[in-house]
Amino acid sequence: MTTVYELDAVRVSIGSAEIIKGISLTLQDATLTTIVGPNGAGKSTLMSVLSGVREDYEGQCRFHGREMSQWRKGDLGRQLSFIPQNVRIEFPFTAEQVVFMGRTPHCHGLFETPHDRDAVHRAMETTDTLPFAQRDFRALSGGERQRVILAGALAQEPSVLLLDEPTTFLDLKHQISTYVLLEKLAREGICVIAVTHDLNLAASYSDRIVVLSHGEVAADGVPGEVVTAKVLSEVFEVDAEIRSGSTGRPWVSYEQPMGAREQRTW
Amino acid sequence: MVDRRRFWFAVGAAVLFFVLALVLTPLIGSSGATLSRAWAGLSPDKEILFQVRLPRVLLAGLAGGALALAGVVFQALLRDALATPYTLGVQSGAALGAVIAICFGWRTVGWFPAVWISGFIGAAITIMIVVGIASEGRRMSSFTLLLTGVTINSICMAGILFLHYTAGFTQSFTIVRWLMGGIDSLPYPTLGVLAVGVAVGVGFAVMKSNQLNLLSVGEDWAATRGVQLSSLMLICYLLGSFLTASITALTGPIGFIGLIVPHALRMVVGADHRLLVPTSFCVGGGFLMLCDTVARTALAPSEIPVGVMTAMLGGPFFIWLLRSGRRSLWA
Repeated sequence: MTTVYELDAVRVSIGSAEIIKGISLTLQDATLTTIVGPNGAGKSTLMSVLSGVREDYEGQCRFHGREMSQWRKGDLGRQLSFIPQNVRIEFPFTAEQVVFMGRTPHCHGLFETPHDRDAVHRAMETTDTLPFAQRDFRALSGGERQRVILAGALAQEPSVLLLDEPTTFLDLKHQISTYVLLEKLAREGICVIAVTHDLNLAASYSDRIVVLSHGEVAADGVPGEVVTAKVLSEVFEVDAEIRSGSTGRPWVSYEQPMGAREQRTW
Repeated sequence: MVDRRRFWFAVGAAVLFFVLALVLTPLIGSSGATLSRAWAGLSPDKEILFQVRLPRVLLAGLAGGALALAGVVFQALLRDALATPYTLGVQSGAALGAVIAICFGWRTVGWFPAVWISGFIGAAITIMIVVGIASEGRRMSSFTLLLTGVTINSICMAGILFLHYTAGFTQSFTIVRWLMGGIDSLPYPTLGVLAVGVAVGVGFAVMKSNQLNLLSVGEDWAATRGVQLSSLMLICYLLGSFLTASITALTGPIGFIGLIVPHALRMVVGADHRLLVPTSFCVGGGFLMLCDTVARTALAPSEIPVGVMTAMLGGPFFIWLLRSGRRSLWA
């Protein structure tokens, strides 16, 4: 395994609010890392630093040994793919055209090459999006759109894949198949980093979970170390029972005794 | 996706429309001049065709194409299908400049009419102010660009209203006529310079059309797919603005084309800018040549302001296109 990201005391302020308060992390390739944490913990902001969208951070964020802000966008686009939280499109692009946009960093001329077309076709096959390739992206359901966006990221053939809540709108089957796919991509050597709110999905598939809380790393490690009743209570303010799933990974059960239901409120 | 065949078919059809309009509309007119007599060098047919009608048709073609292209660029930049070449305040800057020239009775600057020069300077000042304000801070964002543009627009419009209010009767008439937009026969050298500028703009937009696709989806989306975001946004803004500024200085504001032509074409060729940019230019140019022909012949010898014609002819057609519910010819 080689190191992809080295973060050293990264801080980000938006306006007067300090969103990220000194995060130091090392992220490796061939790993599925999930980032979890309550609302406002700084997950999306951290993703925007990792993706190179936000360059006004303090501290150091080195990508393949070079500071993120020093990378040329064109070079970055051939290495790294980022799926923002929700993508709204104003214009009548077809699903296939949206997927094709992932090829843009690799394009030299105006037109796509046969290799581009193959990459798009494979990505759409993998994400089960070929049936609506020619439909207007805006007319698709939330889950279908999310899969099209994922296909676009795969078509980019990145070595680093960053996803901000990739399963929010997906039905159960596609939530699971997305994580199976992410796990497979990680086995193939890609550095996959996903933000999610679903602790059970994260625990079932990730190699590593990073828990953020108030802009700092609250816990970091393999699922068994991180998904504990203590972390759930302290970081998420939820009382939950941690069971062991059939694979030996932790499984969070939010079942509570009847009397305890009222104890946590807004 | 766009393969070469589809690209050349769509662009070829649009170019054909442009060329047909360019060749045929100069032959139409109220004076009854004919091509054969003009070709034989007979007066006044020769002068009517080559010194009056052809330059006017050429200006209409360049202006319509440039406005449609500016519309496409601004719509991608602001991710708003309702953006027009005038949304970011360029035209009101040009209008304020032109109105100042009219009110102060300036006639010429050097070899050029003062209204052109003053209009262009007005537009250029607006462009600089908008860039100065919108690019302050972290990076240029389409939101601040829009807010700044709309605000500058209001300020310039207030200036125009004030000058109009204080103007005398003849000046007032000139101002109103200028604000309606109109196409005149310009000398060929002026048209040549304009054509070179517009051609550079079209070429640049075609070259960057893949990046325009990304920009039209989102800023973060574009930034992680190889786009140097702030420079692309700045260039797009300057490109759209200077096209609009040059055209507006020469013709006054001509509405509707920059909004409707790109929108109608998206229904026909789809949203891909590789098709949308060249077809918008050709169809916008052809459409304005047709509109101007109707404007100068329908009530001859008097003329209808061309901006009135663009909306009267284009509006119903656009509603038909919307109602026909066609998604796209190919997609």
